[in-house]
Amino acid sequence: MWRGFSFWLLQYRRVWRGTIVISVANPLLFLLGVGVGIGHLVDRQASSPIAGVSYLAFFAPGMLAAASMQTAYLESTNRVAWAAAPDGAYRAATPTPLSPAQILGGHLLFIAFRIATSSAAFTLVMVLFGATHGWSALATLGGAVLTGFAFAAPSAAWAVGLRQTRRINSVFRFVIMPMYLFSGTFFAIAQLPHWLRPVAYLLPLYHGAQLCRTLSLGTATAAATALHAGILLALALAGIAAARVAYRRRLHP
Amino acid sequence: MTDTPLVEARGLTKVYPARGSSAEFRAVDGIDFALRRGEAFGFLGPNGAGKSTTMRMISATSPITGGTLRVLGFDPVAQGPQVRARLGVVPQDDCLDRELTVRENLYIYGRYFGLRRAVIRERAESLLDFAQLRDKADEQVEVLSGGMRRRLTIARSLINEPEILLLDEPTTGLDPQARHVLWDRLFRLKQDGVTLILTTHYMDEAEQLCDRLVVMDGGRIVAQGTPRELIAAHTTREVLELRFTDQDTAAEKLRASALCGDGGRLEVLPDRVMVYADDGEAALAAVHALRLSPLTALVRRASLEDVFLTLTGRSLID
Repeated sequence: MWRGFSFWLLQYRRVWRGTIVISVANPLLFLLGVGVGIGHLVDRQASSPIAGVSYLAFFAPGMLAAASMQTAYLESTNRVAWAAAPDGAYRAATPTPLSPAQILGGHLLFIAFRIATSSAAFTLVMVLFGATHGWSALATLGGAVLTGFAFAAPSAAWAVGLRQTRRINSVFRFVIMPMYLFSGTFFAIAQLPHWLRPVAYLLPLYHGAQLCRTLSLGTATAAATALHAGILLALALAGIAAARVAYRRRLHP
Repeated sequence: MTDTPLVEARGLTKVYPARGSSAEFRAVDGIDFALRRGEAFGFLGPNGAGKSTTMRMISATSPITGGTLRVLGFDPVAQGPQVRARLGVVPQDDCLDRELTVRENLYIYGRYFGLRRAVIRERAESLLDFAQLRDKADEQVEVLSGGMRRRLTIARSLINEPEILLLDEPTTGLDPQARHVLWDRLFRLKQDGVTLILTTHYMDEAEQLCDRLVVMDGGRIVAQGTPRELIAAHTTREVLELRFTDQDTAAEKLRASALCGDGGRLEVLPDRVMVYADDGEAALAAVHALRLSPLTALVRRASLEDVFLTLTGRSLID
């Protein structure tokens, strides 16, 4: 697994500066534009459903979870499909003693590393904005990494068998983006009409956003945290199991 | 050293199960062969003959679905990593990392085999010389020519000092000069005692490199032997190639003539007629005696291409 990981790391060495800039600039712009800008309007409403908390502090952890999902999705679809193509990186590793499961493991390790570093940059920006602090910040980071990973493994399982990468964009547009918007990232689920709320509960990102938000604001309860984390962990494990089968089928047909 | 074959297949079969809209596909259909140490063994056949699938089964990256296969004494399905650790594979696509340098590509590949850094560094130096890529060692693969990339892929496959080197269509897509450089490198490996298995649909490549060949078509072996044996067994010594303005009429006349009896044979292709004869000049004289005047006439030695044409009635390259 480490051998597979070392390839991705070596390749990443060339582009890491660019990705760090994006990892910091992205949250900076979002927290400024949405958190501070829109927050200014929201916080003046007396009857706000997020009473007692600034909109910035409410919104930032939800955004962190969503950004983590997005990083995970992009890292584990396009690059996985490319690596599995006839001229891709997996094809170079396939005739070596590495098994398809080890090739998968090495890449997932790298994706986890990317999720962790970009989420850490995001969390750092949150701390600078005063949106969270101390141990809460660290716990939130953990929640964000788990959220991302819950999307990474299933995405990789799906992408490794893809022959046409156009679908990656369609799924991004019609699955990932709606989830981004309706998982309580920008608003509280309580604001949704009654009939729509159960739908939100089914979205994995809802659990990621709730996990990060409650940890960040210090309002987490043991039971709710266990539920949210458990769902995300189950998704990650199911993804790994599916990916092991999918990788074997594609690389050892 | 023993006489047990390095690779031995009996009734080797690969069936891809039906999936979605595609029906069940029998890619390799019960083939037998044995490979001895130090020889260069070729699989010759058109696209879709089952050559690449056979290579994948030997290299333990595609489980067999029928028959038996032993590679270096191992079962490639149950002992895949052990088999792969001792083979070198040059795939049809180079799958080099274009953003990494030549040296980095060798390094990362060595790491896949779990080799220590110092060992990789030492072997990479001699492989750079072997592949004639010393000047390019620290350049990105992106800037290399097709021939250089191919040589790098071969160098990379040697990093674990394999006992058998498998090459899938090693010179497809290369210009003639690059092909000759590559053949020269492969010939040197053979001199050094490396056992080679290669697939090709070029008969000149098979004649240049292979001690022994199997000819495959539709997942089966249709003939095997040395290039010389195959030519002797399945075709005449010489071939007369003729082009006519009105090919149909000419072919009809030829068929009715004595040229088609007495061991002679006729093959009509879309653009030319081939007359198989032990004496090509005599056959040409006979053609003229029939009052036929071909646009061009060429007498040449029979090749593996003719063997394939005789065995299957089809040309190797469509």
